[in-house]
Amino acid sequence: MQWETVIGLEVHVQLATQSKIFSGASTAFGAEPNAQASAIDLAMPGMLPVLNEGAVRMAVQFGLAVNANIAHRSVFDRKNYFYADLPKGYQISQMYHPIVGKGEVSVNLSDGSERTIGIEHAHLEEDAGKSLHEDFQGQSGIDLNRAGTPLLEIVSEPDMRSAEEAAAYLRKIHAIVTYLGISDGDMSQGSMRCDCNVSVRPKGQTAFGTRSEIKNVNSFRFVEKAINSEVERQIELIEDGGQVEQETRLYDADRDETRSMRTKEFANDYRYFPDPDLLPVEIDDDYIDTIRDGLPELPDAKQARFVTEYGLNADEAGPLVQSQALADYFEQVAGGSGDARQAANWIMGELARLMNQNEVAIQDCPVSADSLATLILRVQDGTISGKLAKQVFEALWNGDGSPDEIIEKQGLKQVSDSGEIEALVDQVLADNQAMVDDYLGEEVAKKQKKKFNALVGQVMKASQGKANPAQVNEILQKRLDTKG
Amino acid sequence: MSISRDKIEQVAWLARIQLEDSEKEALEGKLSDILGMVDQLQAADTDGITPMAHPLDATQRLRPDEVTETNKRERFQAVAPETQDGLYLVPRVVE
Repeated sequence: MQWETVIGLEVHVQLATQSKIFSGASTAFGAEPNAQASAIDLAMPGMLPVLNEGAVRMAVQFGLAVNANIAHRSVFDRKNYFYADLPKGYQISQMYHPIVGKGEVSVNLSDGSERTIGIEHAHLEEDAGKSLHEDFQGQSGIDLNRAGTPLLEIVSEPDMRSAEEAAAYLRKIHAIVTYLGISDGDMSQGSMRCDCNVSVRPKGQTAFGTRSEIKNVNSFRFVEKAINSEVERQIELIEDGGQVEQETRLYDADRDETRSMRTKEFANDYRYFPDPDLLPVEIDDDYIDTIRDGLPELPDAKQARFVTEYGLNADEAGPLVQSQALADYFEQVAGGSGDARQAANWIMGELARLMNQNEVAIQDCPVSADSLATLILRVQDGTISGKLAKQVFEALWNGDGSPDEIIEKQGLKQVSDSGEIEALVDQVLADNQAMVDDYLGEEVAKKQKKKFNALVGQVMKASQGKANPAQVNEILQKRLDTKG
Repeated sequence: MSISRDKIEQVAWLARIQLEDSEKEALEGKLSDILGMVDQLQAADTDGITPMAHPLDATQRLRPDEVTETNKRERFQAVAPETQDGLYLVPRVVE
């Protein structure tokens, strides 16, 4: 049977406010345990939450960025459950009247197609604390610094049909929140977390299959892997005559499989109700319009601009706009070198390769945009060959100095002196009489060209890659013509 | 509407309240009365009436995004049953 996968994502984004959503405690990272847990965060009796305007503004920024309706009136509810890192016994969230309504984002897929993914809503809520289970002799240690950190939970429509689409959607959300500066988006630190709702159905069927929810997937790669392994499990289960249960599952990256966390019998009953401590939040059009006017250029707009302004195609521009920092880097290299295509090629080629290999982000990249621009210029003006440019680039990466210093120090300057090249050519011709005869004796033009190229290669080798290839071609051709 | 013994036990468990059998019996009657009152309320015709999200006719004041709290950990932890290395200790919770 042909199966279709249906995926919806719930993405929790930690908002980059200075203070917590309902208290004036700091949200700074890395503080001593509980040094940033105020009386409100600790749920001391009589404490009243007061909503942080910064969190509201960031939620509105996101809503506008995904063309969503912004609710002029939103309401906070209590989600009731007991856990040691939730001192109040409830999480303040927005169940019925979220601040951000329906919106959408578009994603580009590897086959070049574009898909629109709906956003069902996004709401504000508070994060819980952290429980530590080691080293406490049968007890758990609770750190409430994170309790009350503002979260924006972004709930998609069940619009995704493959793990690739889900990962592309998550990347787009990541790009949007980091462009807006409303989150650092660092998945490894938990600043962005993702729950995946996954189900399968026979192709052509309109009703959804029973879904399972994979909790807390913490990297782009794991989202794809977790969904793929869950889809495989569900299809196998159904084809063996079983039924998918609606349940929460965890993804085990080491074993590349999901396993059950809790089933329906233990399903939580959160008993949501409006939080009487908080009044409805009302925001007016002026407030929303002011925020709209202040929005930065977003990934889609930047991609479109890179196409028109720099003459890149959409496939080239797409990866460059995934982060603001990378896009800025590209623009600096393109501007400095005057050659946008070479800038894009270098960034998505050598630079991306070394960044991946060394797990370095563009912000910490040892090759400055100015250096890369200079390197491109040196290839353009014939100072070095394109081939040796890679060697210079690696030296730049290793911090061996500026492009010009490296070219000088390593003696990589291209030889464009015709006398020098003539001498090299003559030497190669003298040393390789057999190849020369072979060339002269060849009658098929295509084959002869190949043999010619082999001789060019010999000359380049003799020059240690430094001879100007165009000149080598020209001089070699002349010499051979006089022989033939 | 009456409430079953099972439901009482489930709600008590959700609220982490331990009930004696005699209390359960008393609660059956009391909670059923409350639900009866809710039934009465629900019988009212509310067509065309905007649902009330909050009883107060006021809206939430917003606080500027500023850090105003200082570290008062020592004082808070002085009244905690048990702490270690700045952490509050609780009976072990296992996921």
